[in-house]
Amino acid sequence: MPILEHLWIIIALPLLGAAINGLLGKSFSKPMVNAVGIGSVSLSFLAVVEAFREFAQLPAAQVPWIKTYFTWITAGAFKVDFALQMDQLTVVMLFVVTFVGLLVHIYSTGYMAHEEGYYRFFAYMNLFVFFMLTLVLASNVVLMFVGWEGVGLCSYLLVGFWFLKQSAISAGKKAFITTRIGDFGFTIGILLLFWTFHSVDFVAVFKQSAEMPVEGFGPAGVLTGISLLLFIGAIGKSAQIPLYVWLPDAMEGPTPVSALIHAATMVTAGVYMVARMNPVFSRAPFAMFVVALIGTLTAFFAATIGLVQTDIKKVLAYSTVSQLGYMFLGLGVGAYAAGIFHLMTHAFFKGLLFLAAGSVIHAMNGDQEMGHMGGLRKKIPITFWTMFIATLAIAGIPGFAGFFSKDEILDAARTGAQANVWFYGLGLIAAGLTSFYMFRLIFLTFFGEPRYDEHKVHVHESPWSMTVPLILLAILSTCGGWFAAPHLMGGTDYFEKFLHPVFATYAVNPGIEQGVSLAGAPGAAGEIASSPMMELVHALTGAPVIIALVGLFIAWWFYIKSPETPKKLAQSVRGLYTLVLHKYYIDELYNAVFIQPLLWISTNIFWHVIDEGVIDGTVNGVARGLRESGGQVREIQSGNARSYATWVVIGAVGFTVLMLGIWLGIWEMVR
Amino acid sequence: MSLPFLVFFVCAFVAVLGALLLIISKEPIHSALALVLVMISLAVLYLMLGADFIAAVQVIVYAGAIMVLFVFVIMLLNAGSEERTDWSKMAKYAGMPLGIFLLLWLGHWMYHSAIGKEIANGSVATSSSVSTVEMSKMLFNQYVFPFEATSILILIAILGALVLAKRDDQ
Amino acid sequence: MMNIVPISYYLVLSAILFGLGVVAFVFKRNIITIFMAIELMLNAVNLAFVAFARAHNQLDGLVFVFFVIVVAAAEAAVGLAIVITVYQNRQTLNIERINLLKF
Repeated sequence: MPILEHLWIIIALPLLGAAINGLLGKSFSKPMVNAVGIGSVSLSFLAVVEAFREFAQLPAAQVPWIKTYFTWITAGAFKVDFALQMDQLTVVMLFVVTFVGLLVHIYSTGYMAHEEGYYRFFAYMNLFVFFMLTLVLASNVVLMFVGWEGVGLCSYLLVGFWFLKQSAISAGKKAFITTRIGDFGFTIGILLLFWTFHSVDFVAVFKQSAEMPVEGFGPAGVLTGISLLLFIGAIGKSAQIPLYVWLPDAMEGPTPVSALIHAATMVTAGVYMVARMNPVFSRAPFAMFVVALIGTLTAFFAATIGLVQTDIKKVLAYSTVSQLGYMFLGLGVGAYAAGIFHLMTHAFFKGLLFLAAGSVIHAMNGDQEMGHMGGLRKKIPITFWTMFIATLAIAGIPGFAGFFSKDEILDAARTGAQANVWFYGLGLIAAGLTSFYMFRLIFLTFFGEPRYDEHKVHVHESPWSMTVPLILLAILSTCGGWFAAPHLMGGTDYFEKFLHPVFATYAVNPGIEQGVSLAGAPGAAGEIASSPMMELVHALTGAPVIIALVGLFIAWWFYIKSPETPKKLAQSVRGLYTLVLHKYYIDELYNAVFIQPLLWISTNIFWHVIDEGVIDGTVNGVARGLRESGGQVREIQSGNARSYATWVVIGAVGFTVLMLGIWLGIWEMVR
Repeated sequence: MSLPFLVFFVCAFVAVLGALLLIISKEPIHSALALVLVMISLAVLYLMLGADFIAAVQVIVYAGAIMVLFVFVIMLLNAGSEERTDWSKMAKYAGMPLGIFLLLWLGHWMYHSAIGKEIANGSVATSSSVSTVEMSKMLFNQYVFPFEATSILILIAILGALVLAKRDDQ
Repeated sequence: MMNIVPISYYLVLSAILFGLGVVAFVFKRNIITIFMAIELMLNAVNLAFVAFARAHNQLDGLVFVFFVIVVAAAEAAVGLAIVITVYQNRQTLNIERINLLKF
């Protein structure tokens, strides 16, 4: 059936699943809930596959493929349609969302098997997939914002899934409120966009922006303004500095949630948005600079915090923040395809890392502290090997997926059109730190002597519903990189070419590639065209590889060879260590500077003064006034006949005055 | 000053005097007698205005029957002099000004009414007194319905007075 | 007999008597006295009616006076019966002590 005509099916299926599970799931049996929850996402995935098959056969003129289903809002010149769009970027995102989503759903049947509210979990997860797909398929920025907000809502619902736990509820609130701050910027960006272009459809906006010149380097300029405001939304949603604080706390949610939402999909919505808006961003060099700057700083900063964390999920959370920084770095220097590529590979290996961590936690009976683990690799081998593969990927060891994507980004930072040596340098250091803390995680968890009581905790491998997704993701983490491998290694460079039209059609110089995408591309500054073998050697001995191996070596030294070293090092830089351990006290800072004053104002001014005093006072005051005046009027009926008599006389006199004075007076005048 | 004016002013003076005495007296019986004085002087004024039948009715019914009834009740109840209670603020402060104001206001209008001026000018011819025959003709032709109605009213009043004044044990 | 005294004089007298009646009505405390003040007001009105009857040379005013007197008689009868009943119940003729008609 022509899916392309009925793109709405892709997003309707998870919505249907959410509705069925949400409304009726309480009375369903577990297999029934599974069938609905997994079935809807898998059908959606099949629909995506079919859609891609049809899409591949479309002539180039019909791309992007847009289907408008109905007009949602018309208010004067402001018109928003429910219209879905399919182009190459959409295809990549759809695959990531539906496939990783499907694997996480399958995994959840095992992980959440003993939980209360099983049906509720799957309903929320399906709802999340629905919103994420809406975000990705939207052909105008307002519909995308609907998806944007919806995934934020589902994140709140899922982080606070164990709603009887105070810390989970607080984490959910924190996530929602922090991203709200970003969404405020996003909303103003949408308004500014509409005001400038008189439309919110992507195609219409991009056509108009293609006519506009590149703006100067500085915060002025309407395109720069739009880009910066939209990026503020991305800062919130994708957990960059300064709004990253919600993501580590969001680890309160169940691990599948962390895998799907806070690693693979929702947090990447910001990255997708910037990539989608690339015609506007490219014409605002200052905004690109800000994107790359914040990305680099976040990548470095989060990596430093991840070095000393002891909760396995917190390490992965900071790692996610750091990797998102990488993606923005890639986008910011103009290597859009590289950033999206890293998004895809990150979905694979970070999703795998979280799911495997969940498997470890499951084996350890709920304990998340690495300080209580150790020597697990013999006991849970599948988990160990898949997690190890994912670590190799994230560290950028050659051959695995992360290597290709990270390498591309760092190369673009070094030699691309908007290259910057500081970005490259910090990015490189962050890569080394990433390698170090990830291998630290592996060594602490799986190697060494067990630091737990073997009689109390019975470590066992997870059921096949959990391990099969791990294996599938491990395969993708290994082979996924070959999509975009530069041709120097015999790869097809397919990814880059595939995404080419998205980033080139409205580019500043259409026809010329945005930035430099691969090491060894002809014409890149400072590189000489050389033979494939030379380029292979060059790539394998490049700085990112070296620093990754250095990180691995240091981690091995610290945690296998001489385990007392970390403690001694921590002792010698006690102050710095404590600072980093407590996440640079950023949460405390935000609390003191923003939250406490706001709470004080809300309590003392808005609550006591305005709400109780003014509003209640007015309403109660009116009632009191009426009652008191009523009481006064009541006393006229005193029972004293003389006063009644006086009132009668008053009335009579008044009437006489009326008749004689006014009527007769008028009559006299008329005569 | 001619005789009519003299009679008028004397009667007017006596009427006003009676009214003042009614206000001032502490005993209700004194007030009753003052009221009788007012009525008699008003009867004289009616005569001056040529309404001799009405003057007669005034003396016979009003002064002769109604006031006698008042006097009977006063003597029957033997209420004594008025107490000096003063509990109505409204009456104390608003009563006098209102009354005086009403008096002046009406007086002003009555004095300056067009009819009065016309008659003073002598432009309206006036006949002498009104004959009783003509009045009774009007009473039984045009106003026969109110006439009959008032007779029923008197009947009701008698019954009401009887019922009200009866003691409970009877 | 020519009417040399202007009608407006009679009307002013009527106004004065009415005003004094109002004052008495408000100020006196004995129920019977208040009743008498009402009668005074009625008399003042009667005077006005008669004066106007003379002024317009019509008999209607006199007929009206006739009815006023009759109705005043009936009213006085019933009213005094009420006064007697009140006295039998409250043993007082002070109107300020008869204050049960209140909120």
